[in-house]
Amino acid sequence: MTTETTRKTAVIALPERKQYDRSMGPINVLRKMIKVRLALVGLIILAIVIFAALTANWIAPYDPNLADGYHTLEAPSWAHPFGVDRLGRDLLSRVIYGSRISLSVGLVAVGIAGIIGVPLGVMAGYYRGLADDVINRVMDALFAFPELLLALALVAVIGPSLFNIMMAIGITSVPRYCRIVRSQTLSVREYDFVLAAKAIGAKNGRIMLRHIWPNVTSPIIVTSSLGMAGAILAEAGLSFLGVGLRPPTPAWGAMLNEGFPFLQRAPWLSFFPGFAIFLTVLALNIVGDALRDVLDPHLRHT
Amino acid sequence: MGQYILRRIIQMIPVVLLVVVTVFIVMHMLPGDPILALTGSSSEGLSPEVIAEMRQQLGLDDPIYVQFGHWFAGILQGNFGKSTRLNIPVSEIVLDRIPVTLQLSGFGFIIGAIIGVGAGIIAAIRRNTWADIIVTLVSMMGIAMPSFWLAILGIWLFAVSLGWLPSSGYVSILSDPVQGIRYMILPAITLGLSLSASVMRQTRSSLLEVLNQDYVRTARAKGLAELKVIGWHALKNALLPVVTVMGLQLGRLLGGTVITETMFSIPGLGRLAVQSIMMRDYPSLQAVVLLMAVAVLVINLLTDLFYTYLDPRVSYR
Repeated sequence: MTTETTRKTAVIALPERKQYDRSMGPINVLRKMIKVRLALVGLIILAIVIFAALTANWIAPYDPNLADGYHTLEAPSWAHPFGVDRLGRDLLSRVIYGSRISLSVGLVAVGIAGIIGVPLGVMAGYYRGLADDVINRVMDALFAFPELLLALALVAVIGPSLFNIMMAIGITSVPRYCRIVRSQTLSVREYDFVLAAKAIGAKNGRIMLRHIWPNVTSPIIVTSSLGMAGAILAEAGLSFLGVGLRPPTPAWGAMLNEGFPFLQRAPWLSFFPGFAIFLTVLALNIVGDALRDVLDPHLRHT
Repeated sequence: MGQYILRRIIQMIPVVLLVVVTVFIVMHMLPGDPILALTGSSSEGLSPEVIAEMRQQLGLDDPIYVQFGHWFAGILQGNFGKSTRLNIPVSEIVLDRIPVTLQLSGFGFIIGAIIGVGAGIIAAIRRNTWADIIVTLVSMMGIAMPSFWLAILGIWLFAVSLGWLPSSGYVSILSDPVQGIRYMILPAITLGLSLSASVMRQTRSSLLEVLNQDYVRTARAKGLAELKVIGWHALKNALLPVVTVMGLQLGRLLGGTVITETMFSIPGLGRLAVQSIMMRDYPSLQAVVLLMAVAVLVINLLTDLFYTYLDPRVSYR
């Protein structure tokens, strides 16, 4: 209450400005409401994609690999809402099945990156010293490679199977997790309960597991959501270049690859899979941002 | 200051070495016999003695660290080996392509920076108006948009439907500025848009923070014209983290050239990478990956130094 009055006196000398932040003002309430709505939209889109992935067998109108040679490159119609590709396959079914691949690649790649990056980050942040230096240098080196290029090179080396692609994308994401976990660990290790645990002689491993780890999870969750979005984009990029999943696998990126030469004749082949990628990634980004707002409003927007 | 620069460069050396070693290790995990890759199908006619001699000549019998030593020494002299696809030295191929990629990434960076900073400023100034909300939404969509999809849409609209812009090809601006720019518009926008999205966000949030500071209040109270207040004092300080973000995103920009160059048939390093993979031309791929990684490291270093130069509060530890 007193802050309100002192604020008002201070402001009298200057003209009213919209830029000064007033948390309870009508504009900011409106903003919060829009943010909440946006997060809801993101969640709904995500739910739709997950639903499509889980129930693909039932809701897809045709077999995604069924090639009907009599009907090729047909424009969207009632029978084929997304059109037909050059081999006569229904695009809608392929897009629906594609959600499975994208989501699984996203999940596994993020999982791999987390499994490798999080322990390394915790160890680097907790032990400091030599381990920290070494891990940091390794992460710097990994971070120096442009992500797509590194994934590309890795897939070229180990082969374009589904799991290999997940591995390659996962490995390129490790530095991000390591960095974030490490900086969080650096602050958590100074908390009182950690010092107390040390004082009663708890072993390092136990401290890391029972005290550090639970406090590190929230940035991990945020990074994972945004990381899934990045992984899906990376997989689509690799498949689009022809280095990732190859046809006849119904992956969204591969579909864009197939459709590109027919851009003039059959633009719908390029539109729908790309739109699916865009929506999914957008939803994941929105949810990730919302999670960040909820879990730790102090994290800077990058 | 000079000592600081030197120290940073020295700090960078182990990382560069790590990068080099990583590239070497990964390339040596490649499936297939290098002799086979070199001679192709004609290796069936060769007798085992000839093959053994070739192995010895190429140093494939030496222990792995000796091979690494030879390879590394070669790299330092600029010898990246021979392309197995075209049978000419890799350094020739790469040297031809560097200016192309430079032109593309240069344009992409400029477009991304201008759009990003401009939109970020508008969003910060007109905070909580429709302009702000639109800018925020657009930047969010820009980050989510797959660059190749945006490129496809752009090509479909401007090249296929309207016919205003070419859909592929490259012209150096040194030889023909007008055509060069015309060919660059779509690829550069594709490349720069994701950069602009992150720059937009960062500019907006950092400018907002600065605008709330006391010295901005002081400047206004002094009676400075609003334009000068924002344009000079506020912007100068707000742009520091933006510069950092731009530097960090440059690595991503370089990675983006892989897709963009492939889509628009631009003969640059990114496209070379993809072609090398398709044709199993591993020496070329190795060179491109190495070059790009070192470029990113150098850019990061320069960004750090630039930031230190701009912000006197950063100490020269």
